[in-house]
Amino acid sequence: MNEFPILTLLTVLPLVGAAVALMAGKHARNVALVSALASLALALLVWTEWSRFPGIGGYGFVEQHAWVSSLGIEYHLGVDGLSALMLVLSAIVTLMSVDAANRVHHNPGLYFGLVLVLEAGLFGSFTALNFFHWFLFWELSLIPAFFLIKLWGGARRGPAATQFFVYTMAGSVALLIAFLAVFVATNSMDFWHLTLLASTGELEQLVASHLGPHAMLWLAIAVLAGFAVKVPMFPFHTWLPAAYAEAPSPVTMLLTGAMSKMGVYGLLRIALPLFGAQITQIRTPLLVLAVSTVVMGAWAAAAQKDLKRIFAYSSVNHLGYCLLAIFTLAVPAAGAASQASQAFALNGVILQMFNHGITAAALFWFVAMMQQRTGGHRGIDQFGGLRKPAPVLAGLMGIALFSSLGLPGLNGFVGEFLIFRGVFPLVWVAATVSVLGLLVTAVVILTVIQKVFWGPLANHCENFPDLQHNERLALAPVIALMLLVGLVPSLIVDSINPTVLNLLAHWRF
Amino acid sequence: MNYADLFRVTLPETALEVAALIVLIVDLGFLRKAALKVRVAVAALLGVAGCGAAFLALWASAGSGYNFDEALILAQGGYIAAAQAGILVLTALTLLLLIDSDFTRHVGEFVAVVLMAASGGLLVAAAQDLLVIFVGLELLSLSLYVMTAFAKASAKSAEAALKYYLFGGMSAAFLLFGFSYFYGLTGSTNLRDIQNAIVMQGTSPLLYVAWILVVAGLGFKVAAVPFHLWAPDTYEGAPAPAAAFIASVSKVASFALLLTFGMNWLTFGGGQWVGSNYSFYGLVHGIEQVWTGLAEILLFVAALSMVVGNLAALAQTSIRRLLAYSAIAHAGYMLLGVSTLPHYSGQSASWSSLMHSVNQLSVTQDAVLYYILTYGLTTIGAFGVVSVVERATGSDRLDSFLGLHKRNPLLAAVLLVLFLSLAGIPPLVGFWAKFNLFAAVLGVSAGPVPFALVALAVAMSAVSLYYYLQVLKRAYVMPAIDETPIKAHPVTMAVLLFIAAAVVILGCFPALLQNWIQSFYPIS
Amino acid sequence: MLAWTIYLSFAGALAQALLPKGRAALSRWLALAVAVAGLAVAVTGFVSGMGQGRVTFVDLPWVPSMGIHFLLAADGISRVLVLLTGLAAVAGVLFSWNIELRTNEFFAFFLALIGGVYGVFLSFDLFLLFVFYEIAIVPKYFLIAIWGSTRREYAAMKLAIYSFAGSAMVLIGLLAAYSTAGSHSTTLDALAHAGLPVSFQMGCFPLVFLGFAILAGMWPFHTWAPTGHVAAPTAASMLLAGVVMKLGAYGCLRVGIALFPHGLDPWGLSLLGLGSWRDVFALLAVIGIVYGALVALAQTDFKFVIGYSSVSHMGFVLLGLMTLNQIGVTGAVLQMFSHGIIAGLLFAIVGRIVYDRTHTRQLAELETMHLSKRLPFAAGAFAVAGMASMGLPGFSGFVAELQVLIGAWKVNPWWVAASGIGIIVGVAYTWRALQKAFFADALPTPDEHPKTGWPKFEPISWPEVTGVALLTGVSLAVGLYPKILLDTIEPAVKALLAGGVQ
Repeated sequence: MNEFPILTLLTVLPLVGAAVALMAGKHARNVALVSALASLALALLVWTEWSRFPGIGGYGFVEQHAWVSSLGIEYHLGVDGLSALMLVLSAIVTLMSVDAANRVHHNPGLYFGLVLVLEAGLFGSFTALNFFHWFLFWELSLIPAFFLIKLWGGARRGPAATQFFVYTMAGSVALLIAFLAVFVATNSMDFWHLTLLASTGELEQLVASHLGPHAMLWLAIAVLAGFAVKVPMFPFHTWLPAAYAEAPSPVTMLLTGAMSKMGVYGLLRIALPLFGAQITQIRTPLLVLAVSTVVMGAWAAAAQKDLKRIFAYSSVNHLGYCLLAIFTLAVPAAGAASQASQAFALNGVILQMFNHGITAAALFWFVAMMQQRTGGHRGIDQFGGLRKPAPVLAGLMGIALFSSLGLPGLNGFVGEFLIFRGVFPLVWVAATVSVLGLLVTAVVILTVIQKVFWGPLANHCENFPDLQHNERLALAPVIALMLLVGLVPSLIVDSINPTVLNLLAHWRF
Repeated sequence: MNYADLFRVTLPETALEVAALIVLIVDLGFLRKAALKVRVAVAALLGVAGCGAAFLALWASAGSGYNFDEALILAQGGYIAAAQAGILVLTALTLLLLIDSDFTRHVGEFVAVVLMAASGGLLVAAAQDLLVIFVGLELLSLSLYVMTAFAKASAKSAEAALKYYLFGGMSAAFLLFGFSYFYGLTGSTNLRDIQNAIVMQGTSPLLYVAWILVVAGLGFKVAAVPFHLWAPDTYEGAPAPAAAFIASVSKVASFALLLTFGMNWLTFGGGQWVGSNYSFYGLVHGIEQVWTGLAEILLFVAALSMVVGNLAALAQTSIRRLLAYSAIAHAGYMLLGVSTLPHYSGQSASWSSLMHSVNQLSVTQDAVLYYILTYGLTTIGAFGVVSVVERATGSDRLDSFLGLHKRNPLLAAVLLVLFLSLAGIPPLVGFWAKFNLFAAVLGVSAGPVPFALVALAVAMSAVSLYYYLQVLKRAYVMPAIDETPIKAHPVTMAVLLFIAAAVVILGCFPALLQNWIQSFYPIS
Repeated sequence: MLAWTIYLSFAGALAQALLPKGRAALSRWLALAVAVAGLAVAVTGFVSGMGQGRVTFVDLPWVPSMGIHFLLAADGISRVLVLLTGLAAVAGVLFSWNIELRTNEFFAFFLALIGGVYGVFLSFDLFLLFVFYEIAIVPKYFLIAIWGSTRREYAAMKLAIYSFAGSAMVLIGLLAAYSTAGSHSTTLDALAHAGLPVSFQMGCFPLVFLGFAILAGMWPFHTWAPTGHVAAPTAASMLLAGVVMKLGAYGCLRVGIALFPHGLDPWGLSLLGLGSWRDVFALLAVIGIVYGALVALAQTDFKFVIGYSSVSHMGFVLLGLMTLNQIGVTGAVLQMFSHGIIAGLLFAIVGRIVYDRTHTRQLAELETMHLSKRLPFAAGAFAVAGMASMGLPGFSGFVAELQVLIGAWKVNPWWVAASGIGIIVGVAYTWRALQKAFFADALPTPDEHPKTGWPKFEPISWPEVTGVALLTGVSLAVGLYPKILLDTIEPAVKALLAGGVQ
């Protein structure tokens, strides 16, 4: 067991950075950049080294201290492959977001302070192994997000922020009550301990004896509802397009790149391990919802005229694949073939989380740049023929767009491929219908490319400046990462596969 | 007929009468040419000296009372002596408050009348025979009527005195009529003998009629409902020292008398204090106590007084009428105490419960006494404040108190202390008196009826906070109309501060007054 | 010695009353000194009392003939609440720094109130407890009537009469218990062990509990609270909501539950699903939680929102008490502390920081004032305070409410469901107030606002910053490390539940 509290350090570092940024005024962005880079370095360290310092349950860098013993609350941190990857993702996306936010005139200290607090919230929730701690950071990340939308957002930011806040809060309350019930039944709030209880079926028995025969199902529904709002899953997604559209684009990068992954992570860390059997019971309706998310997301994207909304709905669509795979995993008494499919699917989910995070963040970054260059325009019809004045932009954005589409060779493909590879043998109907999503997404992306980059040059785009040097420098690593992961996915898969197998071994459906 | 004994026993009364004569002589004889202020000061101080002399006489003449033909006429010691001492102290305070008054030129006469009223009060407290009771009551009452009328320049004073006199005369008649029935039924005018006789003969309906008549007479004296109609007008019209006297001293005397009635007729089958022992005639002769219903009548009056007094006070706009109704309410609380003196009902009770009842007897008695003494003290203080404010503003409306905290902060502070004490807010003495009384009532019997009555009393007490706060609100909260400072005579302020300090200290250390009362009982 | 908190406060009050008029600065600093001294004593007492059970400071016979003792002692619960009072007192003085009218009288009443409150928490003789409880009523009246705002005289009288009525009920219960127990002694120990008959307890418990619960703001006797809090000057609101309502809850626990434990037993019959006084009061508490929250949601006056939120949060305290299990009651005591701090903070911001500058509390008017730009400190402070009030984890309210909910679940899951609604609505009304007062949408974005400024507000003074920092810091500290308080509360609650008073 590791003695140095590296995970605590990782979580505290952005908080310190936030405090400094608050006071730095004009230089807040630089402070934030430094802090984000430092966090990235730490996160990479954790990513590469975690398996060398294993603790209970196979987690690495475990820190465990009593906090409020009478309530079963412990200060319990630890990472496995899944969390470590999420940490890296969060760090990368935060760095990208800070980089993109080079035009914050109004109160930059507060802006970057809030961004860093949000990063701390992300780190905290991805490393937590006790409900209280996890819930603390889950809620903590809400507040900066709300204020970032509310204070720096677009014209209709008020209702957008409201909806965002209310939906997520409602989901949180559902989660809280469900966990209270679990605590009453088991006297524990520890994820690993509860997972073990669930894997032997004891959890269900305890809950049934304390709370009644159908309680477990209701708890499962409550927990799923809480996460369904965050991911989001149809029909709880209505807050997302407005929030993504009205938030300033760098903030949207964070929302889509990292915050949405909190929901999926929650499903993987909490819902599936504890409520596997219940999910199996209601698998079909859940699959229906997941497929609806996929298809509806894509279809709605096709109907949008605002680039940000297009990408927002597209995010919903991409995360829908994760949901599809997650619910597919709920196969009772899987045979060897099914187990293999499960492994594929789960690997795919994790990869998709990472890849979508990078890609979506990049896309919104590009939109931000386009907005800046044209004084706020972001309608798809307001652009045209941009490949002439801005070939580099067109090229790089094109790569990102194709990744989002799922072109083989780019990172977006790998995750989706693995998901379908895993889902098809298990639930071919759902998989087939979801392919529709793939098709429609392709149409959408191609339309965007065609309307924005090809075609006649739009009126006000003659002087559209191309990417500056520093922008190229900033974007290059991101694009390179997309290519790298697309071409050599084993870089990531090899690290997460053991975690995947370990997780699947302890999940009981 | 042992005149020496009689003289010894009535030494305090004599002292007061002598003092009255001296005051008259000095004022009418020597001070004709002096200024009013001087005459008032001299007369008041002489009166106070007289009270002091009477106080000493009280100590000196301590004994076992005066008998006539084997029957106790005038008792001494115990609660009676405490009441008498209280009367003297309160009279002295009233006289001190007289110092800067100017409502009459006939100062010597006024002080003399006050002293005579006080001596009547002393007599009433000690009396154990119906006739002596009546004599004392008349001495007291007539003096009070005169005192009420003393402000010749005020029409209100004359009206009040007339109402008081007419009402009082009528209730005296009732009282005497009731007494005559008792005499007729039992052949004796001595309280204990009457009790013993009735215990032997058995009760009859006529008895209850007589008792109701007596209650009417006594109820008038203490201003209990429904015999209270004189009180608001009298309190409003009488000159301030007279009103203070009526509200305090006459009440102390009357409640001492009520306790006497209670001790003789409401508790046990007859008995008396012999030295430090209470001897049970009825117990000795194995006779059960057969008087039921007497206490219930008193209880009914008590409950009515509590309710009517407090509720009517809510609507008042004159401070004096407010104090009058509050006096009615307080009389109600005390009557509750008197009417729950412990009963002993014959063979069914055990020795230990008997002993418990005896214990409770003195507890209840002391509680009532404590209450009336402290209430008297507080009321004198209240009237003192009222008289200062009245003189400065010319009216007794509540609004004349507006902005008092600016005009005379010390006076306002005294007002605060006194009124909060009347409302029953700790750590002031008024709270303790109420608590003590209610605990004693429940200590006698904790059945549903006493409990309900105590609950009623507490509830009404809560209501009373409202109207006391109305006055304090005007003094402290509401903006002043006139901000000229109010000056009070130094002696008056000194007396008021003394009273306020006493209220606080006695409230914080209730044992002080309790011990003082206990000191009047013979050491057992 | 914790008793010094009482003595210092009353001495301070007397000194203030005797100060010459017109020396406002002297009066403030004296008040601050007394309050800080009281806090210092409270902290010392808290720290030195850790790990100890009940500690008696003063035990003198007061009225020997009736067995009344001047008995001052403290157990874990008392120590925590005394600490709360100390913090509230210091914060209250800081937030009253700008009072110019009759300053010395203000602080005289303030310190007298604080002294009374300390006295209640430290009294272990029922008579003495009652005396201090009543002493606290009069200063409240004057504080509101003289220095208050909206309808102050009416509100002050209503508050005084309600409080007095509640204490009258307690007095009746006290007298009844005293005489039924044989009139030997009024100490809490003696009464707890006097073996009061069960039928008596069944009748006395609701009377006493109700008497105290009125002051705790239990529905439907809560109506004095919003009116009173709104009318009161800032420091008085902070004390009223922060500490005085806790007097009621404390009385419910220390007197009602500890002395009459059988009063909560089942009646044997069931009326509309209620089978004992415990059910009745738990139901009222839950109704209070939900009702308070719903009404707060509909208010147009900022301060009323906070006033009703106090009613709602006190419902949690009462619910926690009614669970009668270790975790629920512990949660209730912790919630007393937490809400005391948070309510104080909220009233301070609304009253002192916002109202004293904007002279309006109507949300509709505040909406047009763009306060997030002009009063950023207030906006930030209220955002943080609002989060604490919502029960966000990381602040003290979360742990407290969590414990109460768990305790409640062990008894009756429906209570939890209803309380959950209360929490959700709580988020809604807090958010609504925050949004309307500080972050209204109807305004131009920061980049668009006119360069010509709005009239400037008075700058934020150091006492305000200190006060906010103090209260926020405490809430955060307890939220992140609840053990500081829980280690003291838990043993005391255990002892209390185990067998009457320790």
